[in-house]
Amino acid sequence: MLNPLQKRMLRRRIVQAVPVLLLATFSVFMLLKLLPGDVAITLAGENATTERIEEIRRINGLDRPLLVQYGQWALNAVQGDLSESLLSGEEVTTTLARVFPNTLFIVCYAILLSIVIGVPLGLLAAARSGGLADRLVMVGSSVGVALPNFWIAMILVVALALNRQIFPATGFVSPWQDLSGAIWYATLPAVALAASGVAEVSRQLRSSLVEVLGSQHFRTLHAKGLPFRSILWRHGLKNVSVNLLTVISLLVNRTLAATVVVEVVFAVPGMGNTIVNATLQRDFPVVQGAVLVMVLTVITVNLITDMLYSVLDPRISQR
Amino acid sequence: MSAPILDVQDLSIGFSGRRGQPALPIVRDVTFRIGRGERVGLVGESGCGKSVTGLSLMRLLPGTARIGGRITLDGVDMARASRNEVRRMRGKKIAMIFQEPMSALDPVFTVGEQIAEALRLHETLPRAEERARVIEALAEVGIPAPAKRHDEYPHQLSGGMRQRVMIAMALINRPDLIIADEPTTALDVTIQAQIMELLTRLSEETGTALLFITHDLGVVAETCQRMITMYAGEIVEDAPVDAALVSPLHPYTSGLLRSLPHFNKEKGRFAYIPGRVPAPLAMPEGCRFAPRCPHAVEVCGRPQELRFAGAERRVRCIRADELSLDGAVAEVPA
Ligand SMILES: Nc1ncnc2c1ncn2[C@@H]1O[C@H](COP(=O)(O)OP(=O)(O)OP(=O)(O)O)[C@@H](O)[C@H]1O
Ligand code: SF4
Ligand SMILES: [Mg+2]
Repeated sequence: MLNPLQKRMLRRRIVQAVPVLLLATFSVFMLLKLLPGDVAITLAGENATTERIEEIRRINGLDRPLLVQYGQWALNAVQGDLSESLLSGEEVTTTLARVFPNTLFIVCYAILLSIVIGVPLGLLAAARSGGLADRLVMVGSSVGVALPNFWIAMILVVALALNRQIFPATGFVSPWQDLSGAIWYATLPAVALAASGVAEVSRQLRSSLVEVLGSQHFRTLHAKGLPFRSILWRHGLKNVSVNLLTVISLLVNRTLAATVVVEVVFAVPGMGNTIVNATLQRDFPVVQGAVLVMVLTVITVNLITDMLYSVLDPRISQR
Repeated sequence: MSAPILDVQDLSIGFSGRRGQPALPIVRDVTFRIGRGERVGLVGESGCGKSVTGLSLMRLLPGTARIGGRITLDGVDMARASRNEVRRMRGKKIAMIFQEPMSALDPVFTVGEQIAEALRLHETLPRAEERARVIEALAEVGIPAPAKRHDEYPHQLSGGMRQRVMIAMALINRPDLIIADEPTTALDVTIQAQIMELLTRLSEETGTALLFITHDLGVVAETCQRMITMYAGEIVEDAPVDAALVSPLHPYTSGLLRSLPHFNKEKGRFAYIPGRVPAPLAMPEGCRFAPRCPHAVEVCGRPQELRFAGAERRVRCIRADELSLDGAVAEVPA
């Protein structure tokens, strides 16, 4: 299924991923330790004595040198053991298995919206380049790119959830249990995330399409007698598919990061909320685990993207 | 002569400028015909409007172009026909081969598919048959291993091969007229001759007329029956090739012929036409060639018409009858 070039790329990427993962988790670990206070204070409760806090630190191994603490965590992580939450004692893998699908669901939903709305808008703008439709789409996308996600999220909550009560303001239903409910609850967060996605996709698609539509081989297509419809949809889309893929892949990564804030606004039990809470409480195994999964996701998205490039553009695969 | 396949009357082409700026007139008063199966060379200095004229015949000019006059192709006025009508003519009645085979093909579709696409617009065939037809077309233009090439992408082919693919694509629906705009300029010298030979042979075999746009008068002499010379957006001479080569009637045609390399060798000097083409907005009112013409006299300051000089020749020069101009050869070799 994979050609030798792709296999080689896959192997190289996996080797490259290791230092990236180490670096990412190590920096997060160090940043976390730079923050004042630690989990022992929380665990010990109010009015605890200094000795009690020290003891809790010792029990949890928080008194050891930082490098040893990190090394121990990394060693376990390599074997698939992400330790437990220092607060709840729950296995971090269990926590992540519970919250990651929720985040992934919202991200996929948002990306889907970005594509389904952004691609036709980009095509429309390119087809009517310079016209009214083009200008409207471009102005709209400038606004969409400029507005922060969380601000859109709050406006949506006020307008559609609190005032009109069309959508639920907060909360989430797991897609495993109730798919339509999950879609229902995920709609507002996904829309908030997709606003900039739609803008980005339509804008980039338009500019690369306008360029390719004016190129020499498109004049040949006109000379052949092809209708504009197939010139635009068949040749246009395929010619810009590599650009589109790049845009979408960057968008996935950006949306993944943006969910952190949007999840907090909508109180979604996802990666974002988990990371925020665990950070506030200095629950470092949870933060580490979550960061690890996020970085792995980004690496995977990039890898899939690179594999798809050679499928989409024959010039890449045969080089 | 039977009814011509192409009849161009008073064609004028301009490009509308930015708001407030005057439109740029590029081509004016262009009138000519091409008979069925006829091969016509269109020559002239760079920028005189050859490509613009060729593109206008297929209505391929950008939206800023303003076209006047009539372009009658097999009974349809391409200048006024609806967009759909024009589209149906393209490929079926008229096809075009461009200068740059490197960039004229879509890089992300196989060459076979690109040819099949042209075929499909005018004929619905079962898949296998369609494929066979395309492979046959590739073989016809001399592409080795056509079945293999069918599934390759343009970047896997050499420049000459790509131009052959373009020719196969242009010919697949057996159009009545093919416009070839400098089809060999971008190719190696050795390949150039092959491609021209191929075009000529296929035009003879299929009865497709050819409008061949070029700078190369030598190739026109070898392949075409008639030569149209353009200068500064106007036709200045239209004559059978042999007659034009031996005894050009327009001083500009004569100048072009005398600057041919082999002519220079014989005379042992380097001939060229002094001066430059006037800018579109600064055209002289009279003969446009007058500022550069060695034979210019006062009457040349009057606007010049393209007049008949004999049954088959036309010329835009008031002194054509009295001048006796040098051609490229003294006599046409038998
Ligand atoms: N889209 C356009 N807008 C404005 N002016 C144009 C456009 N296309 C061509 N022109 C102008 O029209 C004139 C004729 O161009 P054209 O390409 O027909 O020349 P040509 O005779 O084919 O020259 P060459 O031998 O170099 O190919 C040139 O001055 C060119 O600048
Ligand atoms: S009309 Fe006069 S200037 Fe023009 S080409 Fe003839 S002789 Fe020369
Ligand atoms: Mg040209």
